[in-house]
This record gives sequence, structure tokens and C-alpha cells, in this order.
Amino acid sequence: MGKAITEKILSDHSEQKDFKPGDIIDVKVDFLLTNDISGPVAVQEFEKMGDGELFDNNRVAIVLDHFTPNKDVVSANVSKTMRDFAKSKGITHFYDAGYGIEHVILPKDGMVKSGDLVIGGDSHTTTYGALGAFSTGVGSTDVAGIMALGTTWLRVPEQMKFVLKGKPDKWINGKDIIVYIISKIGTDGALGKSMEITGDGVKYFDMDSRFTICNMGIEAGALNCIFNFDEITEIYEKNAGVSNYKIYKSDEDAEYDYVMEINLEELQPMVAAPHMPSNGRPVTELSDVNIDQVVIGSCTNGRIGDLRTAAQVVKGKKVSPNVRALLIPGSREVYLMALREGLIEIFTESGFTVCSPSCGPCFGGHLGILGRGERCVSTTNRNFVGRMGDKSSEVYLASPAVAAATAITGKITSPTEVA
Amino acid sequence: MIYRGKAIKYGDNINTDVILPGQYLNLTDERDLAAHCMEGIDSDFVNKVEKGDIIVGGSNFGCGSSREHAPIAIKASGVSCIIAKSFATIFYRNAINIGVPAVECPDAIDEINEGDILEVDIEKGTVKNITLGKSYNATVYPKSIQNLINVGGLVNYVKSIRGVN
Repeated sequence: MGKAITEKILSDHSEQKDFKPGDIIDVKVDFLLTNDISGPVAVQEFEKMGDGELFDNNRVAIVLDHFTPNKDVVSANVSKTMRDFAKSKGITHFYDAGYGIEHVILPKDGMVKSGDLVIGGDSHTTTYGALGAFSTGVGSTDVAGIMALGTTWLRVPEQMKFVLKGKPDKWINGKDIIVYIISKIGTDGALGKSMEITGDGVKYFDMDSRFTICNMGIEAGALNCIFNFDEITEIYEKNAGVSNYKIYKSDEDAEYDYVMEINLEELQPMVAAPHMPSNGRPVTELSDVNIDQVVIGSCTNGRIGDLRTAAQVVKGKKVSPNVRALLIPGSREVYLMALREGLIEIFTESGFTVCSPSCGPCFGGHLGILGRGERCVSTTNRNFVGRMGDKSSEVYLASPAVAAATAITGKITSPTEVA
Repeated sequence: MIYRGKAIKYGDNINTDVILPGQYLNLTDERDLAAHCMEGIDSDFVNKVEKGDIIVGGSNFGCGSSREHAPIAIKASGVSCIIAKSFATIFYRNAINIGVPAVECPDAIDEINEGDILEVDIEKGTVKNITLGKSYNATVYPKSIQNLINVGGLVNYVKSIRGVN
């Protein structure tokens, strides 16, 4: 019997070879990341764990992206804690405020790569499955434990397969795929399981779209979400200057507990209505909803491909006077690319406010927090109650194309109506 | 270990954003976090919670963010354990790591009323609803997780591996 890609990567990172779903195995971690939310608590716990030695100061990244640039003294002290810790431990990969979002930076800088086993103190660490890596999120004490040992335990996941078929419309983004999937299986549809995205249709999705899909696997409860390595992955890794990656692909006869086929030709742009990522509906069903704010950015959709798509929609048009539109490039590099390509000019002329690279308002930290009863269309990944501000506010999750079209009209709009 | 306390009940998909809203994630002191526990869904929680209380959730309890601030806030509120139909993977790990028992007991949940007195036996894997006079079987932790709990959580586990006191 063949093996799925996730099983192969886990097997190569564990001394236990003969495992089955549900077994608890110990695994070696290739790369660990943490940020200014999970990091400070991890540092506290790490200090309690003994001799203060990191398992490897070259295989830990700290990224200050959530409360940065610091909005107040409390956040500034949190950043300082991490800055001091990185310095005292000689952590090589320290990304200070303004560099950008962890899940945008790390694959681009070649820190995480195909075939790796990556653990992060952030639930959206599932993002790196797009590279054909195993990646999953943990909390602070687990981060501390891995900083000390370089190993952790995992419950071996059951395998789920999502087969993309046919050719999608030009406005379909990875966001539409994953919102559609979650609308079908629910926020616990993949609880503790592995989601593999495969099929002939994957060739229509670039790495930026694949990162988006894997990023939101956690919104279905998945342990990890993953693509098989292909030509698109290879080009991305070469552009990132990575050569020492490892290629994994599922066997033809690998077994899955669940298989879903998705016909890309029938797929419409999707919007997840409040207050669950599983409330996905075709954009046309929500066309009467008026919007106060639009956010384009985050670890889900803050990459250059996302900005190019959104710019295509807004070019030469004005943001609705009823909308505050925010553009938050996912990293300084994305910002610079957008600047050089003229995208920043397009957004600014149309009435967008361009913010410095960070997580922004996604998690309700700062920048663009919503007031009472306000509605936002956002390219971020969660729309829980109060996620972006006041408990009575609402977040609608959508692709960059839908978000851009919505910014122009002031109500939820399909890009086909504007562009 | 047996935990006995009064039930504070919530529904399905209680996410970490409502347990501990994002605006407080720059706080690290557990007392500060406890002051905002469940604020996103139940602003009365901090007033009604008493030492030893048991939080009861539906399916997928703790979904969403990896923020350990959520189980830390629950623990610091005096909650002795959490029972639910199922737990989100990261929350489950976090709870175990910091010593908050997270017990899966799908059969017991629907019949529990807010305020019922519950008794949870971790080793035996049972939940008793004292108020209703009923007993239910709960999922028992795998052996390796039980070991982690027995040594007092991940910090002690790592210390034991590294041979430090």
C-alpha cells in the first residue's frame, strides 16, 4: 500500500516508522518559528526548562509582526522581550518590526522549504504545506519545549484528499477554493487530520494561491494542509534561492479516509459571512450587504500576486466614499515590489490607505479596528465574533479580487461587475 | 485525579478569540488574562466563575488561534477542568501542557445544565453528573500524554529529559 505525502514526511522525521492514524509519535523539527504573541509566553516557559540552551540557534525564527510597529508601551515591552531574547541566545533569524508577516517572509527567504517539518507558535503555520512541507501550529509552551529539545510529539493524522478538477475562471483565487471546502466540511471537518490538495486543477494555482489555501486549512481544524511538490513549487524554490529542499509526492495508491472532488469550472468567487469561516456563500448571494471597511493583506492574502489582482480591479477607479480601504503588504519585499510595479500608486490614487507590513487589524490588535455594528470585507482568515474589533462588528472573508471590487462599490461585489 | 465543580456551559465551536480577545494578547500576566476570560462571549463569566468550576463545551472547543493565553486565562480563573464533545488540536495540546485537563466526553454534554455539579475522573475516564445522578464514559488520554500530565506538564517533562531540576 502506498503512502500519502504527509505520512512520508512524518516517517522521515521520526524513529517510529510503523505508525497509523491516531498514534502518538515523536518527530524531529527542522524549523521553529514564533512571534510577538506566542513568543513572550514561550520565553517565560523556556526559562523554566533548565539550562537555557537552544537546540539550534540557526533553526529558530522570531518575527515581530502582530503588534508592530508598537501601538503602546505594553506592546513595545513585548517586542523588547523578544529582541533581547534573540540577542542573548544568538538567534540568527530575527525579523524586527516592519519586515513583515512570518508566513509571508519565511518561505520567500528560504527559511522553510519543501520537505521540511516546520512547527510554529501560530495556528496559520499550516501555510507552508503549499511548498510540500509538513507544517503545523502550536502554543507557547510547545514552542518553548521545541526550543529546548528540537523535537515534539504529534498525533498521526488521518488523510483527507481534495481533488481539483477543470479550469477555473480568471478571478478565482486560492481563497475561493478553501472557503468553498470549509463551507462543505465545516470548521471541524478536518479536526486533527491532514488535508491534501491535489488533482489536475492544481496547475492553475500559483504559490501565492496555494499558500492561501494551506493557511486556512486550520480553519477546518486540520493538523496540516499540503500540496504535492510540482513544477510550480520548483520554480518558487529556485526563485527563493533554495536548493537543498526535498521532494515528496503521494503515491498513486495511497489510502484516504475521505475524498472530495471540486469542479473548478462551476466555482464562483466565495465569501465567508459572519461569524464562521464555514459560512461560505457565492459572492452573488451577498450582493446587498453594505460595507464600511475593506482590508487587503494578512498572511492569507498579502502577497504580491494578491496585490496584483486587487490592483487590476481598482485601477482607474475610486474607492466608495462610504468605505475605508486598507492595503497592507505582507512584507517589506512585497511592498517594494508593489512600489516598483506601480501598484502602490494605483491603490493610493484610488483612495486606499497603504499601511506598513504587519498582521494589521486581522486579529483585532491595532490598525483598522471596527466600531459598533461596522462591517468589513477582508482578505484575512477569520471572522469570529469580535475578531476585528467591537463584538457587534462583522467580518466577511473574501479574495483580493472580491475585496477590491467591494471597496469600489461599497457593497459586496463580484470582480466581474467592476473590472 | 478527580475534579468536582459546577458546570458553566457553552455551545459548539467556542473559539480562542472569544475566550481571550486579540486586543489583550500583549498581556502575559495570568491575572490580567483571567480578568478578560470569555469576554468575547460571556461578559458575566468573570463574575460568576468560582474556584473548581468546570467549563462545558460542545464540539471543536478552542478552535482558532494557537494563543496559549486562552487556556492560561481559563486556568487562572480557577477553572479545574474543561469537558467538551471534542477539542481543537492546538487548544488540546496547550491545555495539557499547562495542566488544565481537557476531557472529551461527547455523551455527557447535551444533558448537562448550567450549574449542575459534575465530577470528572481523569484516570478512569468518567464524568458523573451528580445533579442528574448519571455517569458517562469519557475518552482516556493515550499513555504518553498521561505521562506528560503525571509529571506536571511540558516544562517538567522537558526538565526530566534534560536531567535538570
